[in-house]
Amino acid sequence: MTDQPPENRATGTVRVRRGRPLAPSTGGRPWTFYVLATLFTLYVVALYGPMVCIYILSFQDVRGGLVFPMRGTSLHWFVDLFTQVRTGDVKGAFSRSIRLAVAVTVVTVVISFMSGLAFRKRFAGDSVVFYLMIGSLVAPGLVLGIGVGLICNVLGIETSWYTTALGAQLSWTLPFGVLVMFAVMSRFNNAWEEAARDLGASAWQTTCLVIVPVLAPGLVAVALFGFTLSYDEFTRTLLTAGSLNTLPLEIWSMTLNVTSPSLYALGTVTTLISFLIIGICLGTIARIQKRRAAGPAAH
Amino acid sequence: MPVEHGSIELAGIVKSYDGSSRVVDGVNLKIADGSYCCFLGPSGCGKTTILRMIAGHEDPTDGEILIGGEQVVGLAPVERRTAMMFQSYALFPHLNVRDNIAFALRVRGMSTPDRRKAADAMIEKVRLTELADRLPAQLSGGQQQRVALARAAITGPKVLLLDEPLSALDEQLRVQMRQELSRMQRDLGITFIHVTHTQLEAIAIADTVVVMEKGRIKQAGPARDVYDQPRDRYVAEFLGGQNVLSGRIVRIEGDSAMISAEEMRDVIVPLGSRRTVSAGDRVDFAVRRDDVDLTRPETGTGRQRAKVPSRVRAIEYQGNFVKVILDNIGRDELIAYVPDRIFYRDPFSIGDIVVAGWDKDKTRMLA
Repeated sequence: MTDQPPENRATGTVRVRRGRPLAPSTGGRPWTFYVLATLFTLYVVALYGPMVCIYILSFQDVRGGLVFPMRGTSLHWFVDLFTQVRTGDVKGAFSRSIRLAVAVTVVTVVISFMSGLAFRKRFAGDSVVFYLMIGSLVAPGLVLGIGVGLICNVLGIETSWYTTALGAQLSWTLPFGVLVMFAVMSRFNNAWEEAARDLGASAWQTTCLVIVPVLAPGLVAVALFGFTLSYDEFTRTLLTAGSLNTLPLEIWSMTLNVTSPSLYALGTVTTLISFLIIGICLGTIARIQKRRAAGPAAH
Repeated sequence: MPVEHGSIELAGIVKSYDGSSRVVDGVNLKIADGSYCCFLGPSGCGKTTILRMIAGHEDPTDGEILIGGEQVVGLAPVERRTAMMFQSYALFPHLNVRDNIAFALRVRGMSTPDRRKAADAMIEKVRLTELADRLPAQLSGGQQQRVALARAAITGPKVLLLDEPLSALDEQLRVQMRQELSRMQRDLGITFIHVTHTQLEAIAIADTVVVMEKGRIKQAGPARDVYDQPRDRYVAEFLGGQNVLSGRIVRIEGDSAMISAEEMRDVIVPLGSRRTVSAGDRVDFAVRRDDVDLTRPETGTGRQRAKVPSRVRAIEYQGNFVKVILDNIGRDELIAYVPDRIFYRDPFSIGDIVVAGWDKDKTRMLA
């Protein structure tokens, strides 16, 4: 054939394109960069500024007040937090919150895991179940809390942090957990389960040896959600926790009657604990991923 | 007759998910022990469903499945002594090669040292010894396939079921792994049932090719029979390499029919087994593309040959042959595969008027 081979023509086109780049570079950055960078900086300041102020002010000494300037530096208000009775039952509230969060986490992980497995297939009423779940996610927390409180009142059930508050918090953490699980399950290959069965594994062996280990990073993520959502849950817990406060409720009541930097100290302590939990969870996920895919072919 | 352990018999298999439409519609088939059988068909033809029913991952709505002469419907995969190699392999991502292969032994409660030993022996068989500690994500497609094969074979199954085993590989590797599958089948000496939609793969590897359409078997037999002597238009077109032409019988001459259409006149086709046709009937017949030769209009003619004047529409160089696409006959393509040495002695170009000719005995009447 005498016609020019198509590859040559294609190369020609590429060369022309290279000669005329779409966005000519003039050396500096475009003005939009500076506008967006300023916007982002303001955003970060607005996001973290107030928190950072509280952390700083919590390290004042005994003369400290609720506003700047700083009066000395010490850990006085942290000690005060755990020793003074007038600041409230911080220690008790803290331990209740942790125990409640652990219980919520366990229930959330187990139920989310099971619904993740169940929702792989269509079943009668599956969309009803799904939208009911989403419904409890979008319902205003305070209204939901009031509702639970009212029902308990009508039925004569005594509200307490480990029964009614647990239920109210689950209405918030479960939809989150299940949604995270859906995302995790979208990467689960059902053939793994079938392969296990084909190789002679019982349903229990398949769950323990294949499904749970494969989904482990996702389950840790669900646990993280469950724990952090429960640990600082306020609106749903307010009217369902009964006579003993969880930590967020305790902090709220402190803002009404405590006028010392120990309030700030409490903020610093709870933030540290939250970060610790998040760090542990992310570290666990990272370790699992790393162990699983330490190589060039990994993704 | 002695009982053949890995022989399979499907008797009137029907599968329906919704009670009305049948995914598998009355399949009867015998597969000999130790043979390599390929189910071939487009997606949705029911071939994978048949495989899964043999494996025990689905139950037939009706019919019987016999493995080694025993009725197996309702039994678990392990009890059937079948093993399945899944599409894209389904290797457990959290277990290394050795633990993947040893999984079946682990769930049977074999002790760790014993199963490690058994797995290592198997790993050696599939030549993966250096990779035993790697995770599936760190293996190439071909290596993953070998792990999958070893994992399925470690329990000593009578039948190995392979669901599109080569579809996840690139072209070059596919040919290589095709040979490897064939070698493993001979080594293990067990029945392999392989599902694919690629006809080249099926005819290259299988002793028996089963062509399926819409839940039914269209033709089953040795690869060469199915390719060379397709029973009907569907099989001929699906396996490729054939010109399937359609025309009306003008007259019957002894054991041959003279067939005409608008673009071809008096093409002679042996009746074969289709004795009942008569003049005026519309029939399909096939002639292999490599049996069609092309000549210039003025050159000589022969007796007992079909001659169809046509025009070159396109030419594709394929390496060892040249694919010459001629004007359609009705709606049917007419294509000639001309060996490249012959083609370039006197090359045609697009638009040339040619005569496509073939011997009478190269054509075959289709059902």
